[in-house]
Amino acid sequence: MAMPQRTTLSPTRTTRRTFYDRDVQAVFWQVVVVGLVVGVGWFLVHNTLVNLESRNIQTGYHFLWRESGFDISEFMIPYSAASTYARALVVGLLNTLRVAIIGVALATVLGIFVGIGTLSQNWLLARITMGYIHLLRNIPVLLQIILWYTILINDRFLPNPRQAEPLLGTYLTQRGLYFPLPEGHVAWLAAAGAFVAALVLAWLLDRWTTARQLRTGRRLPVFWLNLILIIALPGLAWFLLGAPTEMSMPELRGFNLAGGGHVSPEFVAVLFGLTIYTSAFIGEIVRSGILSVSKGQVEAARALGLKEGMILRNVTLPQALRVIIPPLTSQYLNLTKNSSLSVAVGYPDLVSVAGTAMNQTGQAIEGVSIIMIVYLTLSLSTAALMNWYNKRRQLVER
Amino acid sequence: MTSKLKLAFLAGALCAATSTAALAGARVDAIKARGELICGVNTGLGGFSIADSTGKWVGLDVDVCRAIAASLLGDGNKVKFVPLTAQQRFTAVQSGEVDMLSRNTTWTLTRDTQLGLNFAATTYYDGQGFMVAKKLNVKSAKELAGASVCVQPGTTTELNLADFFRANNMQYKPVVIENLAEVNAAFFAGRCDALTTDASGLASVRKNDTKTPDDYVILPEIISKEPLGPAVAQGDEQWTDIVKWTVFALLEAEEYGITQANVEEMAKTSTNPNIKRVLGATPGMGKAIGLDEDWVVKAVKAVGNYGEIWTRNIEPLGLPRGVNNLWNKGGLMYAPPIR
Repeated sequence: MAMPQRTTLSPTRTTRRTFYDRDVQAVFWQVVVVGLVVGVGWFLVHNTLVNLESRNIQTGYHFLWRESGFDISEFMIPYSAASTYARALVVGLLNTLRVAIIGVALATVLGIFVGIGTLSQNWLLARITMGYIHLLRNIPVLLQIILWYTILINDRFLPNPRQAEPLLGTYLTQRGLYFPLPEGHVAWLAAAGAFVAALVLAWLLDRWTTARQLRTGRRLPVFWLNLILIIALPGLAWFLLGAPTEMSMPELRGFNLAGGGHVSPEFVAVLFGLTIYTSAFIGEIVRSGILSVSKGQVEAARALGLKEGMILRNVTLPQALRVIIPPLTSQYLNLTKNSSLSVAVGYPDLVSVAGTAMNQTGQAIEGVSIIMIVYLTLSLSTAALMNWYNKRRQLVER
Repeated sequence: MTSKLKLAFLAGALCAATSTAALAGARVDAIKARGELICGVNTGLGGFSIADSTGKWVGLDVDVCRAIAASLLGDGNKVKFVPLTAQQRFTAVQSGEVDMLSRNTTWTLTRDTQLGLNFAATTYYDGQGFMVAKKLNVKSAKELAGASVCVQPGTTTELNLADFFRANNMQYKPVVIENLAEVNAAFFAGRCDALTTDASGLASVRKNDTKTPDDYVILPEIISKEPLGPAVAQGDEQWTDIVKWTVFALLEAEEYGITQANVEEMAKTSTNPNIKRVLGATPGMGKAIGLDEDWVVKAVKAVGNYGEIWTRNIEPLGLPRGVNNLWNKGGLMYAPPIR
């Protein structure tokens, strides 16, 4: 603010300030704006409460602890019709996260390939990937989801579980994919833990090797070491704890296949729709990112004798990332929010479950507020994470 | 997505509604001033409310709206129909976007209390059933253990379904899709073994939504009571009374043999004191409820009596009159006396 300058210029101001003083005006307008915001907020809340009261509509969040009474088709934590509304909403949130996280990962990989493909010297590949982008980003994602769902549940394309023939114990039917899963055994859990540990070790090893290479100029065959580590460590854990081989196989029981693992057509339809739609946008972002790297960089790298793959990985992409990350963040947010279209094909995401809860309890305002808060939280955390990553990738000015 | 947006919008409308207290008769005055009744109906359920090939709304629920518009405004066509999904319907009434809901909606305690609704009358006694493909050879709903069941969300149907399988210690896999056309399509594609909704709805879907109705059977079990009827927002007793008694008047008309064709004739010539009172030849009833004395004449003239509404809309679905017959013909339809 300009306060110190002005007060020193005219000391009399400290005792007598007029309305035309900049500081007085600044304070005045801030008070007015804050007052307006608070006033409008209070008006809306008060009006809502009075109106709900006068219409004899129940308010508050107590309903969250009542028994929901409805079933949900897919849940990652135990759930039944006897569970509470709060639990139902958590089930919905986890389903949203499941489809969003897998969707973001797949869309990124697919989008990078498509984006690089559009810049390929290969005429056919470049045309196909450009066609992919232009076709898919111009068809509304809701239509794509419904199209996938219609294909996946149509018995002209996929058989009914009662007629399906297994392939290696796996059934692909109009009611989803059923596959064998290892029986619950502590060895499998240990193997999964060892896998994660191996990944961390591999990352540390990679860092150490790079540091060593910078110091001594010699490089270990780190790729092969890591591969052995990632395979051997879980295998060893599994072997030491008894090497169980029992599998839970899907088999026909009554109307449906039971046992093993199951992926529903609703989930796959939403995942395919979101992934493919978003990957078209990411492809464009990656293409523009790569094009933004000045040609001289690649030419310099070639002059140093680097291989094409190395140029892409070590010269082009790191610089392109600075351009790519901010719009990529928007696409991640879009994908997460678009997952609310799940309701069209009956995938029980947060919006779908909250919609049911709202209708059973009639508490629309509470339900909508929960949806808003959850999506806001998801979006802000995604944005914060991506901003942090973006900062790390920024060019360090020297 | 649009339905979700609409729901959010309606919730917002609830927040922004400015009237601080609903006065008795305020709704009635508003409808009269507007010259049009706004009626929330189903998005498309044959026999109850569906737009026909010319875009005209037809069905039992639609005719109830028309009857009320006729008795209040004198013209059964002065109705604006607002198609609502199961999830939008209550918010639409609460926020005042529609004057009344006539949308195969089940009368339950929580809806009548916590949701701030008043159910006026029962226009159709229904019950929930199951439909399956004939080739499955299922004879009873108790044989459905392990089945995938298609159901619409946010309905009493969804709750009854969970209750039924819990009570019978059976597992099932729900496939929950909001859009009626989509959930029916999923069932006919074979995504589910069974489709569940009110028995009348099943009959309607079987007749209208598949090319091969003979491949599907409706199972004999009725697993719930579903009294369907019009609902209005609490707080305007006069409006509730008008909706309630217009429905009763349609039943009374059937009981006394007053039809669309003979109603005007009967109003002039009948000597039966009951009929004279109902049709306003003996004045008093109209004044008591705050309508013109010929309110019943207008309603019956517009849509016929309850039996005629049934014959026109429900009979083509192949449903028997059953419990929906008049009380003196072995059914449950019993209107309190208009006197």
